[in-house]
Amino acid sequence: MPDLMHHILDAASVAAPQWLSERQNAGRRAWAASAMPTRKTEAWKYTSLHRLDADFAVAQPSVASQAELGFEHPALGGSKLVFVDGYLRADLSCLALPEGVELIRFADADAAQARQISQQLGSVADPSGHLFASFSDAALQDGIFLNVAADTVVAEPIHLVWLTSSREVAFTVNQRLLVVLGANSRASLVEQFDSVGSGTAFTNGITELVLEAGAHLLHHRLHLEAGAAMHIGGVHARLGRDSHLESFHLALGSDLKRIDVVVNHAGPGAHSSLNGIYLLRGAEHVDYHTCIEHAVPHCTSDETFRGVIGDSATAVFNGRIHIHPDAQKTRAQLNNRNLLTSAHATINTKPELEIYADDVQCAHGATVAQLDPLMLHYMKTRGIGAEEAQTLLSFGFINEVVNTIRIDALRDFLRPLLARRFASDPTLTRHLA
Amino acid sequence: MLKIDNLHVRVDGKDILKGLTLHIGAGEVHAIMGPNGSGKSTLGHVLAGRPGYTVTAGTVEFLGQDIFALATEERAHLGLFLAYQYPVEIPGVSNMEFLKAAVDTMHEKRGEPALDTVSFMKLARETCKRVDLDQAFLKRGVNEGFSGGEKKRNELLQMMMLQPRLAIMDETDSGLDIDALQVVAAGVNSMRSSDRSFVLVTHYQRLLDYIEPDFVHVLAAGRIAKSGDKSLALELEDKGYAWLEDEVA
Repeated sequence: MPDLMHHILDAASVAAPQWLSERQNAGRRAWAASAMPTRKTEAWKYTSLHRLDADFAVAQPSVASQAELGFEHPALGGSKLVFVDGYLRADLSCLALPEGVELIRFADADAAQARQISQQLGSVADPSGHLFASFSDAALQDGIFLNVAADTVVAEPIHLVWLTSSREVAFTVNQRLLVVLGANSRASLVEQFDSVGSGTAFTNGITELVLEAGAHLLHHRLHLEAGAAMHIGGVHARLGRDSHLESFHLALGSDLKRIDVVVNHAGPGAHSSLNGIYLLRGAEHVDYHTCIEHAVPHCTSDETFRGVIGDSATAVFNGRIHIHPDAQKTRAQLNNRNLLTSAHATINTKPELEIYADDVQCAHGATVAQLDPLMLHYMKTRGIGAEEAQTLLSFGFINEVVNTIRIDALRDFLRPLLARRFASDPTLTRHLA
Repeated sequence: MLKIDNLHVRVDGKDILKGLTLHIGAGEVHAIMGPNGSGKSTLGHVLAGRPGYTVTAGTVEFLGQDIFALATEERAHLGLFLAYQYPVEIPGVSNMEFLKAAVDTMHEKRGEPALDTVSFMKLARETCKRVDLDQAFLKRGVNEGFSGGEKKRNELLQMMMLQPRLAIMDETDSGLDIDALQVVAAGVNSMRSSDRSFVLVTHYQRLLDYIEPDFVHVLAAGRIAKSGDKSLALELEDKGYAWLEDEVA
């Protein structure tokens, strides 16, 4: 049994409702039975977990004020839940919920709600297939269940902010979100992860999305954590008949990020589109593992991820498409493009196709390139300096993916934030803000 | 304005320009004609400092400065502009961002006050009208998916916004229909002034019906084979280039 983070496992057993402690026990058994992944484990070949060898404490509630925390977030106009170090901060949140939307903390769930949560939780993020989903279960003390009633149309985005603060000791946060969209409901959701300060923190974040028949979700998962704020986690979605998921992903680099995005097309006619960006510099590391499961016929999936990797950073992109024998008439598309802006930057990109049905259309491609010298030269002939030209070109490379964001306020928030990643000198991004 | 003396240029291990000498005074319009492969485009590219173009001999002075001692962007700051024969597509970078970055830098380098966003937008839209380019093109990626004619008009748009001292127009007329050709000519003519010079690199006499050059040169085998006034262009139209190539050889 891996001895990792024993504090968390010890703490988790304290005073949880019975249904939660049962789940913890099951999680612990699964965690104990698993070997810690090494570089020889295929799914972890390019991502080392040695940074998790530190002695992590359990996060304590923070009382820091908004000014002290000083994080940036887009004004999206709807409900906003702010968690600091895993604890909901009502004082920083806007808790009014639109009609038809229920938000239940696992720890507060009544018997009926607990039954509902138990039924769905872990049915999408399978702890037996995802080690850190079992760790999430093992440490499960609380979580958020967001339930959108059938036929509800939620106009404003629901905004969830998970912030890790900076402390003297390394600590860990277990974030768990379960979202159920009832039949024919529509909603948009922004999950934003961010960090303040330079302390060491590790978030294990698992989100499960259940879209019932005809439901429509615009989902965004933004990983803005920096420095020693590490994250391992993922988004696991199950799509019912004729449901529609658009999921946008962003990861700025930090010491360690590993995000699994798993989309199960479980009902005929379901569609998913995944768009993602990762931007790394310094010695940062980001690993995206995406897996698109087509289990039933007549589903479509589109996936586009782009990365810009600078300095001596390393990125991993593993894009799997699995088309099961019954999934006839599937159309699946996967594209991953990478821009290396330094000779020491690394990308390991691998499309993985497993196709067991014969009447399908499936396209995939992965490219790795450097800044185009002719484009740079053209810009210089117009007087634009070399550094600004590089900044414009690097931003241009991801701009098409940024433009897929349908929420204007979110796009306007991200554009200057992303542009700044390409240049230390703000004058170089003055034309991108 | 520009003094090119005995210029030799090598590209991909091949000598393309072999002792080219050309002097251009302020306010003058020079047309350079010549057969394919004679080095017409090479001249523009080497003046703009394109990587891969090696100067093996000769000197070029632009406004009194040794051009080869300057980086590409410094040449632009000094007032050199190359309108590309094949403008480069830059997906993801909008034409507007690109123009603003270029115009702001130019103003800064010339010590002029920066244009505020509103004035800049107004200028960009007015200039679009002058080159008959729909304003929607300002929002698109630089040259991305533009037709040949749209790309040429976009080059003209950039030239008008950047107000260079010397513009080298590399086959700006090729691939243009007669209406577009007139738009380009009107644009160039409107910019002619006593302190701005033009080099029109072209295959055909047609452009010179609309932009009257002060001098016409024929480039053959990497050198100026013959110079004259605009009547030389008509003679070339009539007789072709073969007789000149024979003369140089």
